[in-house]
Amino acid sequence: MGHAIEFQDVTKTFRGAGRPAADHVDFVVEKGEFITILGSSGCGKTTLLKMVNRLYEPDSGKITLFGTDISTMDVVKVRRGIGYVIQQIGLFPHFTVGENIAVVPKLLKWEKEETDARVEELMNLIGLEPEEYKNRYPAQLSGGQQQRVGLARALAADPKILLMDEPFGAIDSITRMKLQDELVALHGGMGKTILFVTHDIEEALKMGTRVMIMNDGRIVQFDAPENIIRNPADGFVKSLVESAKAKEQFWERFQ
Amino acid sequence: MEYLVNYYDKLLGAAAEHLQIVLVSMALSLAAAMILTVLCDMVPLISGVMLGFLSVVYSVPSLAMLAVLIPVTGLGRTTAIIVLIIYNQYLLLRNFLAGLDGVDGGVVEAAAGLGMSPFQILVKIKFPLSKRAMIAGIRIALVSTVSIATIAASINAGGLGTILFDGLRTMNASKILWGSILSALLAILLDWILGVAEKRQKSYSL
Repeated sequence: MGHAIEFQDVTKTFRGAGRPAADHVDFVVEKGEFITILGSSGCGKTTLLKMVNRLYEPDSGKITLFGTDISTMDVVKVRRGIGYVIQQIGLFPHFTVGENIAVVPKLLKWEKEETDARVEELMNLIGLEPEEYKNRYPAQLSGGQQQRVGLARALAADPKILLMDEPFGAIDSITRMKLQDELVALHGGMGKTILFVTHDIEEALKMGTRVMIMNDGRIVQFDAPENIIRNPADGFVKSLVESAKAKEQFWERFQ
Repeated sequence: MEYLVNYYDKLLGAAAEHLQIVLVSMALSLAAAMILTVLCDMVPLISGVMLGFLSVVYSVPSLAMLAVLIPVTGLGRTTAIIVLIIYNQYLLLRNFLAGLDGVDGGVVEAAAGLGMSPFQILVKIKFPLSKRAMIAGIRIALVSTVSIATIAASINAGGLGTILFDGLRTMNASKILWGSILSALLAILLDWILGVAEKRQKSYSL
């Protein structure tokens, strides 16, 4: 089968940009890992993610999923096999919740009964009662509920890989914490490989089995959360960890 | 008023003829504009060139456009309809493309990321979500078609323009008046019908 995701010397420079958004990036992700990708805006983390489902094409280098070079595959097929969740959520406002979740099964031409059963199953999984919510439109849901539907839609066709681009970035902090815990629990039961982009260090350290820290288009450290905290690879990582610690001290003052 | 009472059959006949020219032109214009819109969406590079070209064409006065086409397609209704279709392309394409552009980028990105083909994104996502903007464009084109169609009478295409031009030639004020009033009423009526249709479209903002 090969590694779930492998980047080999991948470089991508956007037209008009002074430096590459991805600069000779090499890494391997095994099946079932939950990788959080952390970095400040413009560091190339979203670019990296979008190259996995070919929303962006690399200038050079090779990306393989389970041993297959994705540049040799039909782009639409690659995407249907990968779950994709974004910060703007991007639910289709003219589709009901049920229809939104059924998008990929319909694209894959599943039988209607099979699709319906899957929609119910996923709605129960994300904690939205099918009876009550299935026929609602996205505008009738809260932000947190919308993102749950976004997650269900991404999981609909049971993809092996899930890409998440700051999925909880626009959600209030209480709902956000809840969604984080739920996603970690969900991941434990599913065996899916997740790439999760965030600029929030606590979110990255809390959720990832490994954390990839990016700066200026390069991976500066890719390791388990505790190793990153104990042995920061360079000054950039160190300052990130220290910023998180400083925040904690802020709260301790009130204890 | 007297003119209306004495010649109402003639006026109504001209109005019906006018309506027919307008509806045929609109139907064909919409078909052509849809094809151009799909083309522009699939190949973004051509949309700028296409709009530029159409805006130049649109700026040609209608009498001149009719004159240019007479040697090719002759006098009569066909020529008038072709001219109306050509004028409409600018109005329709511009509004259709603006409508597609107005669709939330996050929605389009999600559609692509889930594995919809560009054509599926257009048909299932972008068109339904820009229906209101598209109907607004159709309204503008419709009103403009009603008014330009009067000029088409100058090449024997019939319609309310016939009465108007008759009035101009014979300095008959009531003919001029009634030709204009009926053409304006027709424009208002058609625009109102589409206005109702536009309001009935749900707006799907989140």
